[in-house]
Amino acid sequence: MLTGTDITAGYRSAVISGVSLTVRPGRTVGLAGPSGSGKSTLARVLALLHKPFSGTVEIDGETVTGFRFKAAQRTRIGVLFQQPRLSVDPRFTLRQAIAEPLGHQEVGELADLVMLTGDLLDRRPHEVSDGQLQRACLARALALNPRYLICDEMTTMLDASTTAALVGVIRAYQARTNAGVLAISHDATLLDRWADETVRLSAPPPR
Amino acid sequence: MVNLEIDRVSVRFALKGATVEAVNDVSLRIRPGECVALVGESGCGKTVLASALLGFLPGNAETSGSARLGDVELLEATDHELATTIRGRQIGLVPQSPASHLTPVRTARSQLAEAARVLGGDAAKAAERAGLEPEHLDRYPHELSGGMAQRVANALALVGDPWLLIADEPTTGLDRDLVDGLLDEFRRLVDDGHAVLLITHDLAAAHRIADRIAVMYAGRIVEVGPAHEVLDSARHPYSRGLANALPEREFLPIPGQPPLLTDLPDGCAFAPRCSRATAICEDRPVLTDDPHAVACHRPC
Ligand SMILES: Nc1ncnc2c1ncn2[C@@H]1O[C@H](COP(=O)(O)OP(=O)(O)OP(=O)(O)O)[C@@H](O)[C@H]1O
Ligand code: SF4
Ligand SMILES: [Mg+2]
Repeated sequence: MLTGTDITAGYRSAVISGVSLTVRPGRTVGLAGPSGSGKSTLARVLALLHKPFSGTVEIDGETVTGFRFKAAQRTRIGVLFQQPRLSVDPRFTLRQAIAEPLGHQEVGELADLVMLTGDLLDRRPHEVSDGQLQRACLARALALNPRYLICDEMTTMLDASTTAALVGVIRAYQARTNAGVLAISHDATLLDRWADETVRLSAPPPR
Repeated sequence: MVNLEIDRVSVRFALKGATVEAVNDVSLRIRPGECVALVGESGCGKTVLASALLGFLPGNAETSGSARLGDVELLEATDHELATTIRGRQIGLVPQSPASHLTPVRTARSQLAEAARVLGGDAAKAAERAGLEPEHLDRYPHELSGGMAQRVANALALVGDPWLLIADEPTTGLDRDLVDGLLDEFRRLVDDGHAVLLITHDLAAAHRIADRIAVMYAGRIVEVGPAHEVLDSARHPYSRGLANALPEREFLPIPGQPPLLTDLPDGCAFAPRCSRATAICEDRPVLTDDPHAVACHRPC
């Protein structure tokens, strides 16, 4: 289980306060809420990339003590960000980006899974479309067989057919590995269709 | 206000050992007072087409055909001409993935004020039209949420009051209320005689404000017609599949792989994924020239 309990987090000031949320193995939790309600912030806390002001995160019974990239527990969580252009090193080819966590270049199977054709793998991010780059990010996120996958607006870059296909890829991965998924989206219809249950954050108080 | 006449535009990229046929023979006219939505699979060439119109293609791109804005030939204009008379003034562009286009060391307010000064517009009004709150403007790009960065980009495109707005996924990261507000703003522009080319994956948004929808597949326009007809009674098998993939419909992907733009077949590029394909599809279908046009030998 990936659990956040009573999380208060933000930047200069708190964006979310006292939020609790649980993602169970094999299940998909949707996270909705208006712009600025802190969905991405909560996603970053649960992905151990952002230290909360208070509250605890537990992964499979262990309380998390370290945040940011070094945390050993981080490899159990895969993350897909809202903006793939900001999360891939522009000097890498897609093949290198997908292979980075693997330590070898055998990415064929992962690339097939996300429908990246061979010609795209040797291009750099500026030579592919945003949606293609997001598919490479999904392949990279699945490379380490994460126990949990956090998808922050994964599909806003994608057309309806590719969205349906990638949700299918993630479900197949869950069926194989019993991974838990947190799916963040503004699209209520999509979450109804994708998630087992949906949690809503409310808008932050005006400042 | 003038027409934008895109006439048989193609764009190729030269890569080591391969040529990417990103845009193929696209023709499209956009009139003042009209909103045209351009939809299609990720990677099908929508952003490249927009970049071609504004002279934003990289050095390894080769363009053919013509794109006239009134009597200006956009594909032959110099960068200086584009920068001083076209971009922001006649054609506003909302780039996709706006966060990567904002200047990291300057606040949203200073970027917007600069654009207003250069183009002669009203920064505060543009921010409001894009749905930004004054307090968002004092943030640096890394302090903006995805949805806020999108609204800054939208404001930057609106500030010079261009008569044609090319908006590439302008609703990314916005919640439903903000999306509706932005679409209303676009619709007001169109009703005032401006033209909008809306590139979007959000078919509901396209349905709401577009007069016409053009569907692109493998760099070609395969169907174009009145918005409700294209979405509710699509004639091209690809458009059907796309509409059916929506979560409110079947939520099923179109089977098969996206086309290889480095190795397109001579015939219909959709044939490997099309359940209606027969031998005649080995000849490339041409786009008909009726008001609801389709490029398919066996339309639905
Ligand atoms: N590095 C940062 N420094 C300061 N403020 C930040 C930073 N990153 C995000 N914020 C602020 O935190 C708030 C919530 O951000 P978050 O990205 O979590 O919202 P969101 O719900 O995902 O919004 P959207 O749907 O628009 O993307 C916003 O007010 C945002 O400006
Ligand atoms: S031309 Fe043939 S293969 Fe292409 S979409 Fe029409 S029926 Fe399908
Ligand atoms: Mg967000």
